[in-house]
Amino acid sequence: MLAIIGHNGSGKSTLLRIVATALRATRGSGSVWDADLVRDAVAIRGMVALLSTEPGVYGDLTALENLRFSAEMLGVDGDRRRLLAALERVGLGVEGDERARNMSSGMQRRLSIARLLLREPRVLLLDEPFNSLDPDGAALVNTLMRETRDRGGSVLLVAHDVSRAEALPDRTVEMNDGFLVEDVSVGTPVAVVERAP
Amino acid sequence: MSGPPTGNDAAWRRVRAVAWKDLTAERRTKANFNAVVAMAAMILLLFGFALGPDAEGLRNAAAGVLWLTILFSGVLAFNRSYQLELEAGALEQLLLYPGERWTIYVGKLLANLTFVFLMEAIALPLTGVLYHVAFPERWLEVLGVLVLGTVGFVSLGTLYAAMASRSRSREVLLPLLLFPMLVPVLIAASGATAALLVGDVMGDSSTWIRLLAVFDVIFLIGSTWAFPFVIEG
Repeated sequence: MLAIIGHNGSGKSTLLRIVATALRATRGSGSVWDADLVRDAVAIRGMVALLSTEPGVYGDLTALENLRFSAEMLGVDGDRRRLLAALERVGLGVEGDERARNMSSGMQRRLSIARLLLREPRVLLLDEPFNSLDPDGAALVNTLMRETRDRGGSVLLVAHDVSRAEALPDRTVEMNDGFLVEDVSVGTPVAVVERAP
Repeated sequence: MSGPPTGNDAAWRRVRAVAWKDLTAERRTKANFNAVVAMAAMILLLFGFALGPDAEGLRNAAAGVLWLTILFSGVLAFNRSYQLELEAGALEQLLLYPGERWTIYVGKLLANLTFVFLMEAIALPLTGVLYHVAFPERWLEVLGVLVLGTVGFVSLGTLYAAMASRSRSREVLLPLLLFPMLVPVLIAASGATAALLVGDVMGDSSTWIRLLAVFDVIFLIGSTWAFPFVIEG
């Protein structure tokens, strides 16, 4: 588990998006479990899951429909009971037929966490995961991080403040102006091995 | 931690999911469909007023007016298609699902085709009434031309809407980018429709139909190939 801290605009979220293949790096190179960030983007998207600062849900769809869509896109079982179980786990069990548009930002955040529960990613990318979440929600994120680590996966956590992360990161590095202030050792699952000059 | 399913079945599952999602969201609100149908009716009426009361003049102009109506109204639908993705950062999540990104394009294409066909189902009889066009003998061919023209129009529209979606002025940008590219489809579709509606004296319609089919193949293949690059921004 790697935590990246840094000021606003230091490049933490950009780095996370590059690792997730949402953005393409203009210089340098990188890999996720030996898959090249540019050449093997499709393979990487099969390995990583990103909890972004925005919930990424469809307001006109219900919570259940949002999850069903995700299950179809991920190619996993979209059985109603399974989706309901995911919603119950994030505390939205009774809001299954509620449109996402009518939910608070915290509930939408929980819905995006429920989406992560539909599969077991090899690398979990979390961008300010504790934003908009109450203590129960924060505990849920912590459980998710622990579960990913316990099954041999990697967690990349980006936050201003990592104190709400109960599972202590194996390594914490600071970013400043697009550069890692502390070095990341070779062999880390998510390795950014070349820096821009 | 197994990887996501791959292959044709998985790809078509994603295509269906994207189309279902877009159509469900639209069915839920109907805001866009109502606006598009109202726009189509308005354009048909205004052109009718501008062309005057001469029945034969209206009949001769019907095909061109119908296709312009489809173009002007349909472009509203394309913007809405990506508006859904821009709310709450859904586009980023959509792009991060595993699998090939052309599946997103094909899903959106199917949803937009359904949408535009529904609009045409209202615009076509309205054109007949307002422009004094009798029910054509070769109505099956007219429908065929509508399908071919719409596929060409929607395949390009879905691609260009993706291109314009990241721009703040996308509502203005989309028609500016799209309409010049649609000139060949507009000419061929109007020519074929006119030949079928007012009489195929010169045997024109088959030439136009073949041309439309060629445009469709080129636009479909080109757009499906280009979409992953365009949507990445």
